[in-house]
Amino acid sequence: MWLARLRYVFNRVLHGLPIIFAIVIVNFFLVRLAPGDAAQVLAGESGAATEEYMRQIREQFGLDQPLYVQFLSYMKNLLFFDLGYSFRHGREVSSLIFERLGATALLMGASMVLSVGFGILLGAIAAIKDRTFLSNMIMILAIVSYATPLFWVGLMLIIVFSLNLGWFPTSGIATIGAPLGFWDSALDVAHHLVLPALSLSFFYMALYTRLMRASMLETLGQDFIKTAHAKGISEGQVVRKHALRNAIMPVLTMAGVQVSAMLGGSVIIESVFGWPGLGLLAFESLFARDLNLLLGIFFLSSILVVVTNAIVDVIYTIVDPRIQLRSNTRNG
Amino acid sequence: MTTSSSVLSVRGLRTEFLSSEKTWFPVVNHVDLEVAPGETLAVVGESGCGKSMLAHSVLRLLPKKISRLQGGEVLLGGRDLTTLSDEKMRQVRGNDISMVFQEPMTSLNPLMTVGNQIAESILEHEDISTADATRRSVELMDLVGISEPAVRAHHYPFQLSGGLRQRIVIAIALACKPKVLIADEPTTALDVTIQAQVLRLIDDLKTEIGMGVILITHDLGVVAEWAQRVMIMYAGRKVEEADAETFFQGPAHPYSQALLGSVPRPDAQIDSGDFAPLVEIPGTVPPLNKLGPGCAFADRCAHRTAGCTQAVPDFIEVAPGRGVACINAGDLS
Repeated sequence: MWLARLRYVFNRVLHGLPIIFAIVIVNFFLVRLAPGDAAQVLAGESGAATEEYMRQIREQFGLDQPLYVQFLSYMKNLLFFDLGYSFRHGREVSSLIFERLGATALLMGASMVLSVGFGILLGAIAAIKDRTFLSNMIMILAIVSYATPLFWVGLMLIIVFSLNLGWFPTSGIATIGAPLGFWDSALDVAHHLVLPALSLSFFYMALYTRLMRASMLETLGQDFIKTAHAKGISEGQVVRKHALRNAIMPVLTMAGVQVSAMLGGSVIIESVFGWPGLGLLAFESLFARDLNLLLGIFFLSSILVVVTNAIVDVIYTIVDPRIQLRSNTRNG
Repeated sequence: MTTSSSVLSVRGLRTEFLSSEKTWFPVVNHVDLEVAPGETLAVVGESGCGKSMLAHSVLRLLPKKISRLQGGEVLLGGRDLTTLSDEKMRQVRGNDISMVFQEPMTSLNPLMTVGNQIAESILEHEDISTADATRRSVELMDLVGISEPAVRAHHYPFQLSGGLRQRIVIAIALACKPKVLIADEPTTALDVTIQAQVLRLIDDLKTEIGMGVILITHDLGVVAEWAQRVMIMYAGRKVEEADAETFFQGPAHPYSQALLGSVPRPDAQIDSGDFAPLVEIPGTVPPLNKLGPGCAFADRCAHRTAGCTQAVPDFIEVAPGRGVACINAGDLS
């Protein structure tokens, strides 16, 4: 069973390859639509923007080549997982990305768990206690957080919990220069993680809460819930064993789709909190016209989305026996 | 029908619903019924006449926010179910009295194996190990006529046909050998051959376990074949009660007569060569929250007299288990 699931994920990712390929092509030309290039940025910063200097930089980075030559060499390198060289940082793009990947994965993982977990919990409560004060409060909270911009939430959390109350650090991923053991530094990172993860999860939590409430209300009205009541099992068991699992499916679907959106949200949150992840890196590289780095990050994101969707599909089959794994292969 | 032999007695049951105008109106109105062990009582009426509401009221399965019990008692094994706490009532449900629903396709949890759904009920009501409950659920599946029960127990509802699913629903209902089984249109969603199988199954098990059955239906053919006694409901009230034989020989209430009159009789028509159009009862069941002062059937009744719209006719019992609620009943028979 597990082997079959693993094979399924592998197959799905394999089928995702053309998609990733297409994304890479589109991105390559898209990012070049922005005015200016790395040479202009670098020259502007050094203050010596002579034609001679700029030509030298362009030559060094291959920016003087025709576009199709640049494209072909980029694609050729990509085949060997060579993401190229960052103009800005003067380092391999891949090593830069891998350095930052952990921080973003941590932030997104935490936000995902928070938003899906609390979304399901609050949505379920709102449905069970439908038309009560508690339910109304939850739904108002959901609408407010749904309508609030991410960056504003982040800034407000910083003002309240960092500046005024002093409970959490304002930015960064760890206390600089603190010589700590493993557990202490893990705790330190967790401490830094609280505010960014909360800010990023607010919006998505609202989304899942609303979705879960609607789905739960529908499920609670179904015939098999009546059957469960007629069996004489307790209200709590009816909810836990019969309603929750059935109601959870739409939330799972949405969560899978939202992984990519969350990656976009993390660009904002990482900028607000100075969280040294991919989002911040993408943000910086965009302004530096560090196109190789930007493309590298996009490339990785597209892989991430394809893989996540495959994983969500597998999770479906664990939750719902009616859904069978079938790859698009002949005998699958 | 003497009270002492009844397993379930409902007396003067009145259930009210909250209308959208925030007023309470009765959906079950002063209903009495008795069911003896091993007996099938058919509750018959059109859609919206209150049969399902009666069943749900007895099990107290109606949503509390919009419904309330407004008098009457439901006696089962010497206890009045209407006075039990929610917790005590929960222990009765599925244990002493259980219910089979109309829709086998949606009455089972799609994400749970059918074996577990049966075992769940046993585990809830009996002090039994999971392994024993699982064994019992396989036995029950065998009892309701499912082949290869040990294999099928691991199946999910979507892997079974409608008939098999209804057998599972029946197995759940019978899991704790209830004293009373309420079957709410158990075969409406099934095709005719499966319908007969399911009803035969309920009939056999009724004798085997010695339980009383309340069979809610609108199909008089089903009543004729499987019920010992008949109760006709209209607009939330009992309008006629009789043993099945008496009923089919001479229904006393105009509504009962109209119901019987609208049963299609293809054999008779073929014999006579006269294909008359299907007989129907004119009009529809009036909305229960907008009933006038008189007999609820008066508007549709062919035998209406001036007295009919004055007051709701009393249910007159002429013999134990035989009665009618119609002021003109004496003249009609």
